[in-house]
Amino acid sequence: MSARTTLRAFPTLLRVGFAEAVAYRAEMLIWVLSTTMPLVNMVLWMAVSREAPVGRFGEADFISYFLATFAVRQLATSWAAWLINWEVKQGTLAMRLLRPISPLWAYAVESIAAFPMRLMVGVPVMLLSVALVGQKAVPQHAWQWGFVVLSVIGGWAVAFLANVAIGALCFFLESSQKVLEVWLVLFFVCSGYMYPVELLPPTLRTIIDWLPFRYQIGVPVEMLTGAHGWEASLRLLAAQWAWVAVLGVVAAVAWKQGVRRFAAFGG
Amino acid sequence: MNVKRYLRLLGIQLKASGLLSLQYRADFFTEGLTSLFWTFTALAPLFVVYGERPNIEGWSFGEALLVVGWFTLLQGILEGAINPSLTGVVEHIRKGTLDFVLLKPADAQFLVSTQRFQPWRAFNVLTGIGLFVYAFMHLGRWPSVTGLLASVLLLGTSTLLLYSLWILTVSAAFFVVRVDNLTYLFTSIFDFARWPSSVFQGVGRGVLTMVFTYVIPLALMTTFPAQAMLGRLPPQSLVGAVVGAGLFAWGSRQVWLRSIRRYTSASS
Repeated sequence: MSARTTLRAFPTLLRVGFAEAVAYRAEMLIWVLSTTMPLVNMVLWMAVSREAPVGRFGEADFISYFLATFAVRQLATSWAAWLINWEVKQGTLAMRLLRPISPLWAYAVESIAAFPMRLMVGVPVMLLSVALVGQKAVPQHAWQWGFVVLSVIGGWAVAFLANVAIGALCFFLESSQKVLEVWLVLFFVCSGYMYPVELLPPTLRTIIDWLPFRYQIGVPVEMLTGAHGWEASLRLLAAQWAWVAVLGVVAAVAWKQGVRRFAAFGG
Repeated sequence: MNVKRYLRLLGIQLKASGLLSLQYRADFFTEGLTSLFWTFTALAPLFVVYGERPNIEGWSFGEALLVVGWFTLLQGILEGAINPSLTGVVEHIRKGTLDFVLLKPADAQFLVSTQRFQPWRAFNVLTGIGLFVYAFMHLGRWPSVTGLLASVLLLGTSTLLLYSLWILTVSAAFFVVRVDNLTYLFTSIFDFARWPSSVFQGVGRGVLTMVFTYVIPLALMTTFPAQAMLGRLPPQSLVGAVVGAGLFAWGSRQVWLRSIRRYTSASS
């Protein structure tokens, strides 16, 4: 399982993953349509801000915020925990473990390879946002776009690594679906997915700053709507990648300890 | 005679599901805890929004809480009584085992709709009722008797609407095979029912209100019963809801009958 074999397998895995994403495009479209939560909350906040703006958010700002949330959600997402649970239960993980490359890379590549298809949804949504709100819906400076790319990748990494860590719990707990649900609820409430975290009271905001959830969705969305200056952006990005590092270690340890306990059923 | 036979059948199906659920008694607590936790996602935005404003489109916090209560209650019914059976249909269609259901000497829609109940999943019904109590304590008054009666009647129409919408979704399974994620699509559309429907007024010049009242009648499901509890639902709306739900159920029945004709078993 050397780094060289992994690297050599990468292009092929990406090609296979991409072909799969294209083949199941109808299914993907349904998944995309089922992430309506930002839109559900958008109409609520639009109604709230119609008379007077909330904080720095007017009606147009809410439209651009939530459309950006919808777009980022398509990319910064992972279903690895669900997949690991399913494969452990079915015993099909045994086949993956026999391959000369870690299953974790396979899961990661599968999700990365779907990026082009998911961008085909996210980019038009952002164009719609620009059409509705105007230029201020997206960053105006080139450096801000750099931060957008880095923070979206970081957001994906937070989602993926947390998913692996939760998925690996199923080696110890029989099933970690409930843990995943708890994570998802916290994600909904703390990440800026349902409302901009800026609108929360200061104490809550401080807590959320120290939790990983905001770095999955909130931070990339704020970058994409150009909410921060250079310094604040840099600080948020550093915090995000610090969480990526922490979650990376947790996921790696949990997976390594967990796989030892894995016993596939059947012959 | 016929009604009696179907009632007996319903009794048998309920008993089977009940016995099965009793084997997994511990689920009551795990399912209950997780659904309580999920309720938090419906409440959190409300707290944030009403932290900014005392009143939104004519709804105070306590009143909007009633709508969330109805949303939660219906979610409980959906999860406990409607979802389990109808996801089973999708499975039947995919595997081709729907044959066995169709061969039985009873109405197929009745059989598939009653095949499975998961009472532990219906925990949200209790949460919804808890939210009503909390909301009225917040409002500092209690609903009138007529208001309560009207809302109970609307509970019936809401359930019927929800069920009919599900039948329509499941009918799609006869045309597109991979539909297990249609469940998610359905729930995510239902998510729009968590706010009072007047919130949608300003979006797209009222088109959204039209859609959510007449096409996908979400407003009828949660906003109407909440208004009835508050005693401010006009009588003609109540009549409209009952008639509309009846028509919707009839329409979905027709679609189901048409779709089932397209069913070809998987093995042949």
